[in-house]
Amino acid sequence: MGVCKEQPGVRVALTGNESIARGALEAGVAYAASYPGSPTAEVLGTLAKVAGEFNLYVEWSVNEKVAMEGAAAASFTGLRSLVVMKADGLNVALDFASALALSGTRGGMVIVVGDDPSSHSSVREEDSRNLCKALHLPIWEPSSVQEAKDMTRAAFDLSEQLKLPVVVRCVTRVCHASGDVELGELTRPERRPVFGRDDRVITFSIQLHAQLEQKLSRAAAEASDSFFNGYSGPANARRLVIASGPSAMYALEALDMLGLAGGVGVLKLGTTWPLPETLLLNYLKNASEVVFAEEVEPFVEDNVMALAAGHWNELGSIKFYGKRSGHVAGPAGAGIGELDPDVLAGSLAKIFDVPWAGQTMLTSREAEELLGEKMPGRELALCAGCPHRASFWAIRTALELDGREGVVLGDIGCYTLGIVRTGYYLLQTMHCMGAGVGIAGGLGKLNRFGFNKPVITVVGDSTFYHAAVPALINARYNRANFMCVVLDNETTAMTGHQPHPGRQTTATGGPADTVYMEEIIRGLNIPYAISDPYDVDATINAVCDMLQLSGPRVLILRRTCALAAVKGKEKNRVYVDWDKCIGDDCGCGRFCSKVFACPANIWDAEHGKARIDEAVCNGCGVCATLCPQQAIVVERTVE
Amino acid sequence: MSTFVEPLNIIITGVGGQGNVLASQVVSVAAAVAGYRVVVGETFGVSQRGGSVMSHVRISKDKPYGPLIPRGRAGVIAGFEPLETLRVMVNYANPDTVTIMNDRPNYPLGCLLGEDKYPDPARIEETIRKLVARVHRLPATELAKEAGSPLAANMVMTGALAGSGLLPFGREYLTATIELLFKDSVRDLNLAAFELGYRQLAG
Repeated sequence: MGVCKEQPGVRVALTGNESIARGALEAGVAYAASYPGSPTAEVLGTLAKVAGEFNLYVEWSVNEKVAMEGAAAASFTGLRSLVVMKADGLNVALDFASALALSGTRGGMVIVVGDDPSSHSSVREEDSRNLCKALHLPIWEPSSVQEAKDMTRAAFDLSEQLKLPVVVRCVTRVCHASGDVELGELTRPERRPVFGRDDRVITFSIQLHAQLEQKLSRAAAEASDSFFNGYSGPANARRLVIASGPSAMYALEALDMLGLAGGVGVLKLGTTWPLPETLLLNYLKNASEVVFAEEVEPFVEDNVMALAAGHWNELGSIKFYGKRSGHVAGPAGAGIGELDPDVLAGSLAKIFDVPWAGQTMLTSREAEELLGEKMPGRELALCAGCPHRASFWAIRTALELDGREGVVLGDIGCYTLGIVRTGYYLLQTMHCMGAGVGIAGGLGKLNRFGFNKPVITVVGDSTFYHAAVPALINARYNRANFMCVVLDNETTAMTGHQPHPGRQTTATGGPADTVYMEEIIRGLNIPYAISDPYDVDATINAVCDMLQLSGPRVLILRRTCALAAVKGKEKNRVYVDWDKCIGDDCGCGRFCSKVFACPANIWDAEHGKARIDEAVCNGCGVCATLCPQQAIVVERTVE
Repeated sequence: MSTFVEPLNIIITGVGGQGNVLASQVVSVAAAVAGYRVVVGETFGVSQRGGSVMSHVRISKDKPYGPLIPRGRAGVIAGFEPLETLRVMVNYANPDTVTIMNDRPNYPLGCLLGEDKYPDPARIEETIRKLVARVHRLPATELAKEAGSPLAANMVMTGALAGSGLLPFGREYLTATIELLFKDSVRDLNLAAFELGYRQLAG
């Protein structure tokens, strides 16, 4: 594994997330905790694999707040600790984070936050920098895979120096990128946690606020000399691009594409908060036109403009271009979506008035004219064999049988795809981890106003532990009337199959004290039942039966994620017996492909029969149980 | 061997679940071991759930690049699926782009539901031939089945990429990477798949 190679100076290919993990190892991290979330899920997974070798404590925590509290504890004893989350996770941890900034830390503590511009795998493209600024925490932003490592390593030093957590804010294009990384020295410090009787870490004094501001002033003073801020371009540039994160790389390439590389300076900020004021003023004093390139919100932009306003008499007239002026904008508009070399080339061409027509050979429409037909889009789909598809089908069918127009609420996980066609558009709300159960609780109290529809909320097993339990306690206590369906695929599937408290193993593969969800539910005195979603008929009956009850109740639909189930195993072979499939004469309306809509169920137009795509099929056999002609055959190799 | 144009921009495209990420990982690890600067822009997470996926691989002798290839600047497009190959070409190809395409369709949900029609793969190939000078079509999924599993189509395509002669380093760097990343029967399967793909293009 590249991340544990000893030779400093050697170049190995790492992903951005592995690079962060390597940086933490080089810094001598002792304690790492996280709840999995894209784009940062693989940081902790990487550390978990080498935990034994480096004598680390690595845990998947139940949620991000608990993860941060644990990492802070390690820091209080003088150990170096790392906590990793996505932007949404920082929201969960925010309450503790704001207190932790005040109390301060001891051993270096780094908070890695992954933002997801363009929402590639998130419900929102939140820019966590504004939150981190509100928390009074320093923010560093790597622009490359190499910097992800170097910054993580150095952030531990800064944290220790300031006695304050430091945020390394990464975007998807860094976390999920990979590239050659020059390794540094690994350290294996001796670890001796100390928390004496006189040690106190308490956030209860207005003085702490003053101290926090002083820490930030020190960070600002150091930032101007930081190795992570860099300039390339002509001396005393009048035209300047100020960029952070991968946008700095895009800006350089865009200027090159426009033929402006020699005439425009690029100031790359790695330390984006607090601003490196001296450094910035030094470049601003020569500049007359300044462009901002960053993702997603105008964070550097607003803060640099505020800095310039405070120094207007030294700086003279500067024209600022960015999201506020509307000049730096992708197809979705200024401040919406990620940047790339093309977006910046288009923006810079307009700002600096140089010709640029883009570089595509043809448009989609021209391609379709050449092709002579439309290019169909490709929407997201639950995987072949996904137990959620069977669960959604059963819930949908049960609600039709029930006939009271029941509502279905959603949550965060693979099953979020219940909002789109692959999940039969079943879900009517979707917000954040655990929100579906709380919202169901609210709807479940509206009977007195005449709201009598049955309410179902679906939640995943990992989400159940993360955020659903308090809402269930609330529902029991207040007698809310709804049915919670736990779509239990026995893993955190969306982010790559990490274990959770309901599993038998921990992050590092060691034995866990499993917390069974049934025990929690029993402890709450909530009635529950369990069904296997692959047994569609039984599951429809279970949903129908439970819809008749009142008060809070839970139905666990348990079946291992189809991808996890077949990993490293021979799959069941599923095929259509063409002697039995009677095609469009059946009257089923091509149920397997058109209605149930599993991507492995395809249609053979030439023969007018259903077919299974063996390259896609995961062998669950659910379609075989639903085919009215019983034309689908399952040859079982796994159970 | 064609001449190495700096940087070599490769786009590997397909559908979530086809093994894009592994293919780009094999290429990038091999490039790094061979002493090149390499960066791969990748998106995974929700996008792996049956959607279009794309990896941008950029190989340079000595210069670091950003993780995204600008429009119209792909040197090579390796398409694991015909429709996705064409889709990526619209945005990233130029007349000199070398295209390597698996001929096996993977049907989008809209096509399964009968709302959209999947274009005839032969027409897709014909269209691509009108756009770029060099196109290699191969039955990567069938070859992968021959090697032992249709899932190894990604390694067939990686082999084809090596066989195209466009990579600035030898195939041994790629096979060594496969040997490093996989174990036991999966390693053998992937090496066999790689070999079949390599031979398709290298002859």
